Amino acid sequence: MASLKSLRLRINSVKQTQKITSAMKLVAASKLRRAQEAAEAARPYAERMERMLGSLALAMAGREDAPRLLSGTGNDKSHLIVVCTADRGLCGGFNSSIVRGVRLKIQELQNSGKNVKIYTVGRKGREQLRREFGELIIEHKQGIGRRGPEYSEASEIGEQLTSMFENEQFDVCTIVYNRFHSVMSQVVTFQQLIPFTLEENRNQAEENVDQKELESAYDFEPDETVILEDILPRNLGVQVFRALLENAASEQGARMSAMDNATRNAGEMIEKVTLEYNRSRQAQITKELIEIVSGAEAL
Amino acid sequence: MADTIQFELVAPENLIFTGDVELVVVPGSEGDFGVLPGHANVISTVRPGVIEIHDNGELKDRYFVSGGYAEVTAKRCTILSIEALPISNVSEKVAKERFDNAETEVNNANTDIERERAENNLNVARAMMEIAKN
Repeated sequence: MASLKSLRLRINSVKQTQKITSAMKLVAASKLRRAQEAAEAARPYAERMERMLGSLALAMAGREDAPRLLSGTGNDKSHLIVVCTADRGLCGGFNSSIVRGVRLKIQELQNSGKNVKIYTVGRKGREQLRREFGELIIEHKQGIGRRGPEYSEASEIGEQLTSMFENEQFDVCTIVYNRFHSVMSQVVTFQQLIPFTLEENRNQAEENVDQKELESAYDFEPDETVILEDILPRNLGVQVFRALLENAASEQGARMSAMDNATRNAGEMIEKVTLEYNRSRQAQITKELIEIVSGAEAL
Repeated sequence: MADTIQFELVAPENLIFTGDVELVVVPGSEGDFGVLPGHANVISTVRPGVIEIHDNGELKDRYFVSGGYAEVTAKRCTILSIEALPISNVSEKVAKERFDNAETEVNNANTDIERERAENNLNVARAMMEIAKN
């Protein structure tokens, strides 16, 4: 049986841990709110951009002079996966679930004979992937989103991707991030960036409206190709930005629920150890009493 | 009440302006154009310049945009800007500072990406200075 002193120390140390985890939970909760607001504020832009691209893509459909960012290189030999993770840990399964998804994807691609490259955004993703796929990581970026991701950071990544694509370093580019579903659940999402695809999982009603709108033809100024060539790289930045924002919100959500669990566990642990402490204290007192009484009787 | 169009000015980080207005003047890359209700469908690129919003027959608001895209249909006009500021936030001092920064950036750029980005900045700053002067 543990001594009273060691139990007391144990209780204190768990209490300290609980203080830390509950503080982290509160911080994550307030950061989550901010991250969610940012993600929501950025949504209109991405939606309008998509709508515009939709009409542009429709106008260009079937034409041979379409920019390669839209039509692709006509090849799908080499894949680039942009892995977005957090810089920091202690957020439950947030980083590992992304890495697990990526690992499966890489194996699947490699098994079908594709060439895979990795671009990691965020420290944790790189750390976890380095051991297994170290030689595949061609680029790395971290320190994004101390105070929430900024558009300029995202567009920088977008520009980098564009120039890598133009140098024919890859044919297909996919970005991986955690889509914020709720505080409790984040969904690992793969989204293809290059060649550009319109999001497929839209609901039917929205599609009908879009279809009607798309049918009415647009005039383009200067002309489709010029606009597309300008807008597609920009769109990359926007999509990356959206992924980063979703990721930031997910990270805080994951951290919040992880820290909530940790705080609860610490509470349980304190109760258990306190019970044990009180029991052994009482046992000790009883033992001492018995010793005194039996000592007195022996006289 | 006159006819209105639904106008939206959107930046990557947030929605800057949304509302029903009478007329919007957009600095298109091929020249300024005014958008009234019933305008033909157009998608155009936007150069750095000033967007004017008119309502009830008078100038209501002006915004500086650093370029982007405009989508116009009969009922609405959407502008995707890269950066947009109310005109009251644009002063000669701010513009000059930005211009100087952009200039040093151009000179210090090492890679093509950096240079392109810096030159873009420079163009935006130049447009800003023009506007601030008037």
